Amino acid sequence: MTNYFRAPQARRFITASLAIGVAFIVFGASFGVLSVSAGASLLQTCAMSLLVFTGASQMSAISVLSAGGTVASAFGGAVLLSARNAVYGLAMSPILRGSWSSRLIGAQLVIDETTALATAESDETLRRTAFWVSAPILYFCWNFGTFLGALVGSSINPNDFGLDAAFPVMFTALLMPHLRTRVGRRAALFGAIATVTLAPFLPIGIPILVAAFGMLFGLSNNEPTPPLSVTDGAP
Amino acid sequence: MTWAFIFSLAVCQYGFKALGVVIIGQRKMPDAIQRCLLLIPAAVLSGLIAKDTFTMGQSLGIDARAVGLAVAVLATWRRLPFIVVIVAGVGATALVRLFV
Repeated sequence: MTNYFRAPQARRFITASLAIGVAFIVFGASFGVLSVSAGASLLQTCAMSLLVFTGASQMSAISVLSAGGTVASAFGGAVLLSARNAVYGLAMSPILRGSWSSRLIGAQLVIDETTALATAESDETLRRTAFWVSAPILYFCWNFGTFLGALVGSSINPNDFGLDAAFPVMFTALLMPHLRTRVGRRAALFGAIATVTLAPFLPIGIPILVAAFGMLFGLSNNEPTPPLSVTDGAP
Repeated sequence: MTWAFIFSLAVCQYGFKALGVVIIGQRKMPDAIQRCLLLIPAAVLSGLIAKDTFTMGQSLGIDARAVGLAVAVLATWRRLPFIVVIVAGVGATALVRLFV
């Protein structure tokens, strides 16, 4: 098995993942707190992060349940929010090529951040390195944060610290390298407009699936991808 | 919160994640499709940024998060390190909440 942590350029992926990891620990902790206060046990809370590993979907399920919503609506919302991972799975399948066991493990680790870091790279080897370096770090951080939150359980409001902005802010840094091509910029523009205009009319989670259709700009164009990545500029 | 809920959610979302990996699997995709797949994060990330910044549930609006986003765009554009982008964006949002 390849040790991706020793692969060329692994360091910049480690640096980027640790920065995202800090946010994951904080958000994992606030998920842990919410989950325990919604009546889940420590074991259930940790199992959810380990098995589901999709922050937006977990958060949504817990907040619906703790607000007294029905199990069905909590479940439906959570499933819709995780549907975008299917689209990411499509993007990641050429990168996750390999043995069955590595694909099956890799699939669980496909999330916004690992997909964004990997697909920002210009060649196959770097894409793999980006994925296999960021995935274990982020998996650990999310679950470690969940455990801490569930254990300590004292409630803070993450929004007071501006932490609800952490994800859009993080996604901005992750998006930038994808904007270096014209098709990338078009796809991004389409995604933003589609989401904002559809958000008031469609259930949560659906507009983002419509946004994914921005990928069709790839049909029209053949420009090569300039080699530049999310962590250039980082020391 | 029941175990049944946790396991069904886990199965559903793993199904989603594994779908692409299993359907496409080892096959080599035509170049056009390959290019499309690599554009997915551009489209979806910017969608998520828009959603996380300008919506609250199903209603649209502008609040402190927009300031955080503006700071993050500036910091990213100046090619500041990742961690600086996050801290600056989050910090700006918190400051606006504190003082406005």
